[in-house]
Amino acid sequence: MNLAQTSQATEGLASVPALLKRNATQYASKAAYREKEYGIWQTWSWAEAEQEIESLALGLLNLGVKEGDFIAIAGRNRPHFYWSMVAAQCVGAIPVPVYQDNAADEMAYVLEHCGARFVIAQDQEQVDKVIDVQESLHQFEHMIYLDPRGMRKYDHHKLHQFSHVQEQGRAARDEFMGDLDERRAKLTYDSTCVMLYTSGTTGKPKGVVLSNRNVIESAKNACEFDGLNAQDEILAYLPMAWVGDFIFSVGQSYWSGFCVNCPESAATMMTDLREIGPTYYFAPPRVFETQLTDVMIRMEDASKLKYRMFHHFMAHAKRVGGDILDGKPVGFMDRLKYSLGDMLVYGPLKDTLGFGRVRVGYTAGEAIGPEIFEFYRSLGINLKQLYGQTEATVFITIQPDGEVRADTVGVPAPGVEIKIEDNGEIFYRSPGTFVEYYKNPESTASTKDPEGWVATGDAGFFEEGSGHLRIIDRAKDVGKLTDGSMFAPKYVENKLKFFPDILEAVLFGNGRDRCVAFINIDLTAVGNWAERNNVAYASYQELAGHPRVLQSIKGHIEAVNKSVAQDPMLSGCQVHRFLILHKELDADDGEMTRTRKVRRAVVADKFSDLIEGLYAGLPEISTTTEVTYEDGRKGSISANLSLLDTEVVAISAQKVAAE
Amino acid sequence: MNDVSTDSYVTADGRTIGPTVMEMRNITLRFGGVKAITDISFDIREGEIRAIIGPNGAGKSSMLNVISGFYVPQEGEVWYKGKKRPQMKPYEVARQGIARTFQNIALFEGMSVLDNVMTGRIRQMKTGLFAQAIWKGKAEAEEMANREAVERIIDFLEIQHIRKTPVSRLPYGLKKRVELARALAAEPSILLLDEPMAGMNVEEKEDMSRFILDANDEFGTTIALIEHDMGVVMDLSDRVVVMDYGKKIGDGTPDEVINNQAVIDAYLGVAHD
Repeated sequence: MNLAQTSQATEGLASVPALLKRNATQYASKAAYREKEYGIWQTWSWAEAEQEIESLALGLLNLGVKEGDFIAIAGRNRPHFYWSMVAAQCVGAIPVPVYQDNAADEMAYVLEHCGARFVIAQDQEQVDKVIDVQESLHQFEHMIYLDPRGMRKYDHHKLHQFSHVQEQGRAARDEFMGDLDERRAKLTYDSTCVMLYTSGTTGKPKGVVLSNRNVIESAKNACEFDGLNAQDEILAYLPMAWVGDFIFSVGQSYWSGFCVNCPESAATMMTDLREIGPTYYFAPPRVFETQLTDVMIRMEDASKLKYRMFHHFMAHAKRVGGDILDGKPVGFMDRLKYSLGDMLVYGPLKDTLGFGRVRVGYTAGEAIGPEIFEFYRSLGINLKQLYGQTEATVFITIQPDGEVRADTVGVPAPGVEIKIEDNGEIFYRSPGTFVEYYKNPESTASTKDPEGWVATGDAGFFEEGSGHLRIIDRAKDVGKLTDGSMFAPKYVENKLKFFPDILEAVLFGNGRDRCVAFINIDLTAVGNWAERNNVAYASYQELAGHPRVLQSIKGHIEAVNKSVAQDPMLSGCQVHRFLILHKELDADDGEMTRTRKVRRAVVADKFSDLIEGLYAGLPEISTTTEVTYEDGRKGSISANLSLLDTEVVAISAQKVAAE
Repeated sequence: MNDVSTDSYVTADGRTIGPTVMEMRNITLRFGGVKAITDISFDIREGEIRAIIGPNGAGKSSMLNVISGFYVPQEGEVWYKGKKRPQMKPYEVARQGIARTFQNIALFEGMSVLDNVMTGRIRQMKTGLFAQAIWKGKAEAEEMANREAVERIIDFLEIQHIRKTPVSRLPYGLKKRVELARALAAEPSILLLDEPMAGMNVEEKEDMSRFILDANDEFGTTIALIEHDMGVVMDLSDRVVVMDYGKKIGDGTPDEVINNQAVIDAYLGVAHD
């Protein structure tokens, strides 16, 4: 892609500041930013936003910002910080939003790694963090803060109040305006737009460099995909350091001219959501889960009539709501009843949740429970899933309207090519593909090949027929059974963990002829069941070995087997035998990480005798395991475990038929 | 009698402490035959945080009630801004710019946080009942100005999320904060806090301490507070008055007071004659 072509494609708008200029003319008096402050929604139009950004940019020039400097931004979603990012771009600097809840040393790592000369911080808390670590930061020079509270007595040699920087910028307008225009004019499609640090669950955070091309092309494609326009409204409440917020609140907002609304504080987010009623909304599954739980709890306290009405109409919505949303044929009476329900239940409920006006809603980040997903869709909220990552400038796959399902992540987003390697790993190439990891050529090379294909680290496959991508597991955990069929443990384990009785499940089968599983029961859930059924038990171990518990878990596994068998690619992952472990997997014993993710290799090694027992077909096995107590002392527990067979659905016949 | 200070000085952390704004001269307060306060004199300087401490029953709250005009002492004089204060009703004292919070929270339980804080603005409301009922012109402008001032306090104390919540539904720590908000809404020149941190956990105490310091710093409010937590007193206050059995047994900076033998005795307990 050469520059001339793409500039034409985006009407000569090759940078975010250029988009700002267009919006300030085209949408001059239309709201660009709103923030609730002092109990009132304060509004800035695009023309006003341009003024604010320009005076800040001039102020930055006044402070001596050079082209290519990094400016770190630490704050919650406020218009001023969005302006800061664009002002930084205007003067040729690179904005680096950082997570405001980072501890001082994490922040120090990021500031030192990018060599930020300037930091724009929210308040005393953020300023104090930087002051704590500034000794170790070699390039750091000036800090700008927004909220002056508590900082009057601070040494102001290197510390500047946001509004003062803007005032100085305005005062020095004549002096610096030429310089500013010159720098803005130099910005091209290939200039760096922003640098975002990945959260770094594995190793140190990496700085992902995104160009104007990445951001503008991705924003443009996504806006066209969902028909977003200047009339849309979003609520900006997710961390500014996260790529999604940058794309939604800067990329897409600047491309289509829609308004970004900032909540009053994190605690008022739900009230603010309701007041704004966004038309375009994004939330991780956790937010939807919490809201659903809240609704259910509040319904328990509702009057009898309301309670019965709610459940009656929700049952109807569950049956036809999704189909109506997808535009599938639904009978006249059902439609009539649905509109009655909309008047009495769904409408008011959506309004309470703040979803009354949502045209397009997305969830991503992790698997959302199907029943949660269906709940929102049945209300008529167009909630969809997308799959993306920082390195792709968010979008890899996305669900088109009318083709939304809980178990897929959709079709390739516009302009995205996807290929799947033999081991199941997903690769993509798109206009949003990141430029590089800053100061880390090795990682860049190992992630992005010379042709521009990026490894996601996730394994998945395209579903035949619909062409939708399904994510099954992290690629490194995916293996093969001896008959060559795919082994994707997480896929099955997640299905098992949907049962409240099952706390953890570990599936084995890589390089074997069939799969076996370890189960951890959930002591709270099963203990509750035991109490209600007069089953006496003294310990986890005793409850885990109880025949009725074993039978009930067996039932769960057989149900999962049936569901897994539906899937031709993964039908080999059905569980043939299982046991319930005599101890809970524990981070103290190294069997899990501190974030409660199972360490497969450790478990396989530690309980190798049990795995062999399962494969050898033994009905019972006795074992001894070392445990570490919380105070660090070691002990051991021994147990006799029952090894049970489970029914599997025969699949060979289907396979033949498929061939 | 204390010397009235007319000069100003700057504290180690950069705050300016002005001349004496309020002075208690030889206050004695009796309830029938019980002497709650015996011949106590001390002063409060502009911009300072003045603590009153002492064991239970020492007469601290009585002292605060004398300052706020709720109790009228049998002997002694209260001097405020260079003038001797005549006998006054508590609301007249409040009108002079002295606001307070209570040891046992005294909010309007059924009203929202916002309305409770608005009541703190009563002193700034000049229009009559009739005008407010019609709510046109002056009354409207006045309410908007007051609401804005209240919103700034709400923002300051970080209670935006409970703005519309009825006070009765709030936990204890937040109620305390709402009470502080109401007192601050009156834009007092002296703020009296009666055990602002009683019954709070460490985190709530830290929050409250920060708000007290910030109020003093941002609005220049003079603060007189009663507190039991010695750590808090030592950290917050510029000067401390120590009372025991209705008498003043110490007065000075936290360091001076903590090394005062009479104070140590009062807190650790000695045999009384």
